[in-house]
Amino acid sequence: MLLIPCPYCGERDENEFHYGGEAHIARPENAWTMIDADWADYLFMRANPKGKHYERWLHRHGCGRWFNALRDTVSHEVIATYAIGDAKPAAKR
Amino acid sequence: MTKYSIFSLIRNASDHHRGWPRAWRDPEPKRSYDVVIVGAGGHGLATAYYLAAEHGITNVAVLEKGWLGGGNTGRNTTIIRANYLQDASAALYGHALSLWDGLSQVLNFNVMYSRRGVLALAHTEHELKALARLHAANRLNGIDLELLTPEQCKAFCPILNISRDMRFPVLAGSLQRKAGVARHDAVAWGYARAASALGVDIIQNCEVTGFRIADGGIEGVETSRGLIRTGKVACVAAGHSSVLAGMAGLRLPIESHPLQALVSEPLKPILDTVTMSNAVHVYVSQSDKGELVIGAGIDAFNSYAQRGSLPVIEEQMAAMLDLYPVFSRLRMLRKWGGIVDLCPDASPLITKTPVAGLYFNCGWGTGGFKATPGSGHVFAHTVAHDEPHPFAAPFTLQRFQTGNLIDENLAAAVAH
Repeated sequence: MLLIPCPYCGERDENEFHYGGEAHIARPENAWTMIDADWADYLFMRANPKGKHYERWLHRHGCGRWFNALRDTVSHEVIATYAIGDAKPAAKR
Repeated sequence: MTKYSIFSLIRNASDHHRGWPRAWRDPEPKRSYDVVIVGAGGHGLATAYYLAAEHGITNVAVLEKGWLGGGNTGRNTTIIRANYLQDASAALYGHALSLWDGLSQVLNFNVMYSRRGVLALAHTEHELKALARLHAANRLNGIDLELLTPEQCKAFCPILNISRDMRFPVLAGSLQRKAGVARHDAVAWGYARAASALGVDIIQNCEVTGFRIADGGIEGVETSRGLIRTGKVACVAAGHSSVLAGMAGLRLPIESHPLQALVSEPLKPILDTVTMSNAVHVYVSQSDKGELVIGAGIDAFNSYAQRGSLPVIEEQMAAMLDLYPVFSRLRMLRKWGGIVDLCPDASPLITKTPVAGLYFNCGWGTGGFKATPGSGHVFAHTVAHDEPHPFAAPFTLQRFQTGNLIDENLAAAVAH
């Protein structure tokens, strides 16, 4: 069971949350000029790193707000959580 | 290779089984190969076997960072079925199912393939409609799938609880009688032994650390045991595919998740089929050793940790007790996790890449075991001819650009 610190509510059990996948994927602004390969990259290709991962979570059974987290995909350690729109925290320890 | 038979058994019994040779060789890596396969799980070893047996390419190495069959091949729930929704999947998984027949004879190794039927249950109105759709699609593709009433489900699997008092009562079932289970380790060992006998080098404890790429083509792989030169590299690394792709500067549409399973203490024979349920979320079968083999869903978050969270286990045990109250006093022996590689459309990638001579076979997600022979067979063709096998042609990376996705989330979301 992960213990995830919601930036708004504090530490809560994992099953209060819903996972939202990779964070910081911005919708392209040049949609009209993009080729299919660019769309494939935006829609489907993912970093999927072994190690530090920037990802989105929803505190579904809590405050109901989305936020971002930096988590290690090997140790499962939640290194940082931060509000949507905040800058990425550094990935190094 | 000593042929396994009743005669070799008798001959070796005479000296108390001290004379059996090892099943596959343990060679030092050579400096170069025609093809290097990364990953000695079922799919990788099957690829090596079919490269040697069907395409005459025997100067092949299979590199494995751990031990043979120690990844998802040794961590799955061994279910084999072929009732997929889309035409492309029906062809691919049907091909695999046809190869399971007689595989023990072909490999001269008993993979203990047991056609005991897979019974999938529906518990909601939506699932009932999905099941009817799947049934109709399967019939059009010539796949045997029967729809059963709850009473027929109960007749087929007498310990099943079909009481209307359940939170999600059983409304219907679909039964594929040809489906079943096989012994997962034996599949890896059988392919390893047969491939090794044809000249394939299986090299364990040899981790790939990078690729040598020049002029857009593969020249070799850097490993923990030195550089190995080769013109073709076939990656079959399941949950670690994105890591390998990253070494070649590629991105894949894959995310890695833990999928957990657990086994109970051994019981006398009580469950002679495989049952699965998506709504209450569990699948159960009984192994030949007598243990119940129980699986369910993935952990939602990305992970490479080969372990998952307890809430997933708790939910699947609750689901099992709903369906089988008879198991309420059963104790569990052990649990484990494997790292599965999920594509957004729940279908695999069997593909060339922008790097010439670099191929990927991955994205099998939660249900790769059933496809092992078919996956190896079509991927060997892709690697040997540098062109996809007709069954593999729809499963390339290009489908994410053209939009021809093969959405199997209906038929594959949980039930693998």
